[in-house]
Amino acid sequence: MDQLQLQRELRDYEAAMFQQGFLDDQFSQLQKLQDDSSPDFVIEVMTMFFDDSEKLLNNMSRALEQIPVNFKQIDAYVHQQKGSSASVGAARVKNICATFRSFCEAQNRDGCVSCLQQLQKEYSQLKKNLKYLFRKQQEIKGGGGAIPTGE
Amino acid sequence: MDSTKMGFLGDGGKMWLKWWEKILVTEKRKETLASMCDERARMLQDQFNVSMNHIQAMSILISTFHHAKIPSAIDQKTFAKYTERTAFERPLTSGVAYAVRVLQSEREQFEKQQGWTIKRMDTLEQNPVHEDDYVADALEPSPIHEEYAPVIFAQDTISHVISIDMLSGKEDRENVLRARESGKGVLTAPFRLYLGGVFEIESLVEKLLQQLASKQTVLVNVYDTTNRTHPIPMYGSVVSGDEFYHVSFLNFGDPFRKHEMHCRFKQKPPWPLMAIGTSIGILIIALLVGHIFHATVNRIANVEEDYHKMIELKKRAEAADVAKSQFLATVSHEIRTPMNGVLGMMNMLMDTDLDVTQQEYVRTAQCSGKALVSIINEVLDQAKIESGKLELEAVLFDIRAIMDDVLSLFSEKSQGKGVELAVYVSDQVPRQLIGDPGRFRQIITNLMGNSIKFTDKGHIFVTIHLVEEVFHSIEVERESTSKDTEDTLSGFPIADGRRSWEGFQAFSHEGPLGSFSSSASSSSSSSNDFINLIVSVEDTGDGIPLESQPKIFTPFMQVGPSISRKHGGTGIGLSISKCLVGLMNGEIGFVSEPKIGSTFTFTAVFTNACPNSNEFNKTQQINNQPHPASSEFLGMAALVIDPRPVRAEVSRYHIQRLGVQVEIVSDLKQGLSAVTDGNVAINMVLIEQEVWERDSTMSSHFVNNIRKIAEVDKGIPPKLFILVNSSSSFKASSATSCVHNPTVVTKPLRASMLAASLQRAMGVGNKGNPRNGEHQALSLNHLLSGRKILIVDDNSVNRTVAAGALKKYGAGVVCVSSGIEAITMLTPPHEFDACFMDIQMPEMDGFEATKKIRHNENSENNKELSIHLPILAMTADVIQATHEECLKHGMDGYVSKPFEAEQLYREVSKFF
Repeated sequence: MDQLQLQRELRDYEAAMFQQGFLDDQFSQLQKLQDDSSPDFVIEVMTMFFDDSEKLLNNMSRALEQIPVNFKQIDAYVHQQKGSSASVGAARVKNICATFRSFCEAQNRDGCVSCLQQLQKEYSQLKKNLKYLFRKQQEIKGGGGAIPTGE
Repeated sequence: MDSTKMGFLGDGGKMWLKWWEKILVTEKRKETLASMCDERARMLQDQFNVSMNHIQAMSILISTFHHAKIPSAIDQKTFAKYTERTAFERPLTSGVAYAVRVLQSEREQFEKQQGWTIKRMDTLEQNPVHEDDYVADALEPSPIHEEYAPVIFAQDTISHVISIDMLSGKEDRENVLRARESGKGVLTAPFRLYLGGVFEIESLVEKLLQQLASKQTVLVNVYDTTNRTHPIPMYGSVVSGDEFYHVSFLNFGDPFRKHEMHCRFKQKPPWPLMAIGTSIGILIIALLVGHIFHATVNRIANVEEDYHKMIELKKRAEAADVAKSQFLATVSHEIRTPMNGVLGMMNMLMDTDLDVTQQEYVRTAQCSGKALVSIINEVLDQAKIESGKLELEAVLFDIRAIMDDVLSLFSEKSQGKGVELAVYVSDQVPRQLIGDPGRFRQIITNLMGNSIKFTDKGHIFVTIHLVEEVFHSIEVERESTSKDTEDTLSGFPIADGRRSWEGFQAFSHEGPLGSFSSSASSSSSSSNDFINLIVSVEDTGDGIPLESQPKIFTPFMQVGPSISRKHGGTGIGLSISKCLVGLMNGEIGFVSEPKIGSTFTFTAVFTNACPNSNEFNKTQQINNQPHPASSEFLGMAALVIDPRPVRAEVSRYHIQRLGVQVEIVSDLKQGLSAVTDGNVAINMVLIEQEVWERDSTMSSHFVNNIRKIAEVDKGIPPKLFILVNSSSSFKASSATSCVHNPTVVTKPLRASMLAASLQRAMGVGNKGNPRNGEHQALSLNHLLSGRKILIVDDNSVNRTVAAGALKKYGAGVVCVSSGIEAITMLTPPHEFDACFMDIQMPEMDGFEATKKIRHNENSENNKELSIHLPILAMTADVIQATHEECLKHGMDGYVSKPFEAEQLYREVSKFF
């Protein structure tokens, strides 16, 4: 029964993440892609996403410090970030990226800076939550249980 | 023509008239006068001759009876009597007298004999008195001459001349001598006395003229013109008549005297009334002609002016039309761009923290925005069509896949409404066609969209046939129509679809299909190259009100305002469809009966991709090319239990596409016997929901029997499938399900979905855990297995996700991170089957890379059939503009990021 308890917890947690908009349907699509042939597909992709994002966020903050600010360059970073977050279903991050890009387009440095801060905040929140989620999943797997899907 | 010219014309006319009158009228008058005058002269002469002749006869008489007889047989009394009686013979003479020659020597004896003396008449000449007044006795006796010519006999009227010597008159003497000499009568000057007779010219002419009717009109003067200078008037008064006269010569047999007759008209020539009338008439006619001419000239001028105005207006109208189309195109495009932003922002808004109400608002706004974009796309299409800018592509496509695709699009809606949706494509339609699949799909989607909007019960049934196939079946079908009207897909009555294409040119016997009707198998090569499809979409919906039917293809025309309020839409779809059908060299028509339903039918011409395999006798070959996802079903046999032939036929079509042999029976009993007695082992039994639910005991009996038979015979019972319209409507009866749980297959049937269901139930293929979306995953698994796909994306996360998705479906995936790398990878020859290309990439974007790849393909393979690698764009842009851009740059389609299994399947299925 401990397994069931864990499973329910995991499901609730995941549902909460969906509800709060951290994740969207694309994440469940991702989960569907995971099967016996690639058991850790989601974690692999997410790890890649985390690495990628951290690199991009660093690049962004560095580019914003430069004077004059190369908005085009920043826009390219944000575009990348937006693309990958869309792919993994990181909805909130993706949305901030969209706003970020419009500020880049408008060459609004202050807007960009605040967006970057927001982005960093959202990103770390997401990462924290996902890490927790993955840990739970591993626990269940370790216990020999099946990982419930997002439905 | 102005008035001066006309005046000239009038003057000229008058002058001409005068001349004409002169020449003709006077000439005619002259002629008449001449002929009249000549006639008179001749008559006068004739009369004279007659008298002359008689006088001669008389002289012979006298010589016979007077001189030859002694004593004379004639005395004065006898002569007078005789001459009086014969006076009518001598109309010209008033009296006749006879003078005899008496010599001087004989005078005495003669005088004695006669009893009177010879008297002279000289005095008489000098004092002419009236005949009656002088008395012979008063005359002096003639003086002595050598000879005398005394009158011995005389008519009573002139008896006074008896005894007068004719030779005593100067004139008379000459005449007498002359007459004696010539032996003829002579004419004397008009004296009262004459040898032998007195002629009265006056009375002669008078009498003559009386005989002629035209006495009054012609004045006649007779002159003795022996003396030219002093003509002696013999007859006629000198009255002034017409100045013009005609002269005729008279011959009285006396060569020494000349006579002339002058004739003239009594009246001056009358006014030439005819000429005046004619000239007035001509003048009037000339005026009228002039007027008409003038009016005509005016009218021509007016018409020309109008024509120029028209041209001007036409130009303006055309310019306005072009401007309208341009305006529409521009505006639509300009609206789309900001709409992109609005929709994007709306998406973002959806993802922020919103309460339920706010979310509802945003969702509504988003829906409206999407609807707006689709309307703009439609308007843009219409504008493009109107300006003639819309061109169709010619690419290879599989019409069955397109139909599956369209089905999946509408399946949710139809299931929700409980409407049965089915597609049937005739076996004779080739697998691969060349044409514009996107536009074809647009037409079908439009028609089906309309149908599903207006249909709440019954079915929507799409059929695709070759035109010639339908053409041949017309006669057969006509015979059987009356029998089973209930033979439709859902049992609801339908509008007779055949009427919808009765007017099509392709079906008229003079049409291009005339050759098909005569020679189906030996048809010319052109019929192999071109595939004439007839597609009909049949529904059992509300139907179109009769009054709206004529204007249904008019742009922006909807059945009524209430309809658009209820169902939305612009009313432009059918108009666009009609244009598109026209571009495909086809025709569109419909038949609709209110409360029963509508059937839309259109034809379209495509090119056959592999012409040689399309001959009708190779139908089997086409059937043997099964759906790629289902090779594992090849050789299996299925039994369909369905009482409705049409629906059973649709099921047969879909199952057969998987390579499965199909047998159809109408109820469970027959089904059972088919399973038991059939020569072929039945692997699966597909039962219509209504058959299954009709009698549960029969159903369970059927199931049990099948199991028993199977146990006895082969050990593997056939799998049971229930075909249902919507999953919710099927209530699995616990009684049967516990024994032998049948698999439920939700319609509409599609090959891929059917394959997935069969695979799952029969354990063919790899066994996946039954998760949602498994159907697609399974079918995609086979669709993509063994395919090599290149993914081009600069974003590593995206790349991984896409690769993961495709790998998952069995494809071999290679990833590159830039357009340049993609070009090197895709330079022919290569072994990729498809390529997914990100559009926005640094250095070289997807469009440019595609262009280069296409260029390489063409230059490398220009001689052979060119290789065309399907390249699908990956983009987050939801708006159609991007799609068009993709096609323009040589891409074949697009998938929106992030990947969704259904969409991925849809796009990829077009190419495999």
